Amino acid sequence: MLKKRIIPCLDMKGGRVVKGVCFEALRDAGDPVETAALYDRLGADELCFLDIGASVENRGTLFEIVERTASRVFLPLTVGGGIRSVEEIRRALNCGADKVSLNSAALANPSLLTEGALRFGSQCIVLAVDVKREGGSWRVYSHGGTRPTSRDAIEWIVEGVRAGAGEILLTSMDRDGTGEGYDLELLERVSRAAEVPLIASGGAGTMDDFRKAFAAGADAALAASLFHFGTVDLRDLRRTLYNAGAPVRPPLPDLPEERP
Amino acid sequence: MGAIPRTAVIDYGMGNIHSVSKALEATGHQVRILAHPDAVFEDFAPSHLVLPGVGAFGEGLSRLEKAGWVPLLRHWIGEDRPFLGICLGMQLLFGESHEFGTHRGLEIFPGSVVSFDPGLGKVPQIGWNEVRRTVDHPLWRGLPPDPDFYFVHSFHVRTADRSIVLGETAYQETYPSFVGRSRVTAVQFHPEKSQRTGLALLKNFGAL
Repeated sequence: MLKKRIIPCLDMKGGRVVKGVCFEALRDAGDPVETAALYDRLGADELCFLDIGASVENRGTLFEIVERTASRVFLPLTVGGGIRSVEEIRRALNCGADKVSLNSAALANPSLLTEGALRFGSQCIVLAVDVKREGGSWRVYSHGGTRPTSRDAIEWIVEGVRAGAGEILLTSMDRDGTGEGYDLELLERVSRAAEVPLIASGGAGTMDDFRKAFAAGADAALAASLFHFGTVDLRDLRRTLYNAGAPVRPPLPDLPEERP
Repeated sequence: MGAIPRTAVIDYGMGNIHSVSKALEATGHQVRILAHPDAVFEDFAPSHLVLPGVGAFGEGLSRLEKAGWVPLLRHWIGEDRPFLGICLGMQLLFGESHEFGTHRGLEIFPGSVVSFDPGLGKVPQIGWNEVRRTVDHPLWRGLPPDPDFYFVHSFHVRTADRSIVLGETAYQETYPSFVGRSRVTAVQFHPEKSQRTGLALLKNFGAL
């Protein structure tokens, strides 16, 4: 059986993790590579690096971090934030990323999804969509959620999948940072409309929120501060979900200390 | 322990080989990425060969042919030297594929490569899924009974030859996700992305 995935997300700016991780085990809470290695040991199913600074001059830094991470941590890695061209997708993949997430660049130029999918396969093209509820529908926002667009979420996601996206990373801006739980109605609607895997993002506050997101049709659930601040421990989360019968990977036995 | 495996990773322009190389290094392989088969004979003299790859079957096959890898692969596999195909590198070993038209594969193993059906579930399959052990093999050594590995693919293998199936996975249907005959092995999943379980398999490969 294909398992539902738990994905910690590292928001980065200028090569440093924003909202540094609160773990005593970390020597440097701002170092993305160390943080990634910790989440790997704790049993994350996958990791997401999001460059929220997303400035062009920082792009080299981001790729260098991806390369260092992929040399040390052997789990799936998605990279996003400001990637605008097929060449930048290629560079990210060559550095060891498995998937690249596209947001504003895809809105400005949907053919980027197609070009990326034709060149590298749709499995590595993730369409990231930030949405805000308006009555019974959701409006898409661009530029890190700062600019409303004219697009409806469901329509844009269907168009994006048709264009070549192989996975959807869907963030509810209404729920993001609130800890009130994922927007389950949104997940149900998008899951029915999209024929590709769906990653829920925005709002996770408790362990049960993950179970609910999976039940609503999400194939994976992403969270950042929840894990960083230690509100929920990844190992406890997996054990609890697994024992409750959720289709997640079984807990791994405790690992011996990492080799120096 | 035997000698340190000298492992050549074939670079034919099909997807990321960084992770494969690093994961092999992390499990005790001495790794060289090779873009041309002459290098196999010239200076590196590998003991182990890895064919990775992500992407389209036809494109992958024509790139292997153009770079001159096909005769070497046939010779290597014919001599039963340690070989591991990963993802597209597994699919290329089979008879034919129906990805964007019909292509003949290397026909090392009998069978074909077919697409998952978008009508039956989400395609591609992305994520962790179990590989059920069907036959014992040195690559399974020390692994849990039905371990989860990381998969990313839209096409999978079908074969009537049960003797080559070492492990199988259920997604839409039960299909071979781990095949092999003696020291020639191939996996649909990504050991280089499957954390400890994947690294254990790569370490076992080094001991073949």
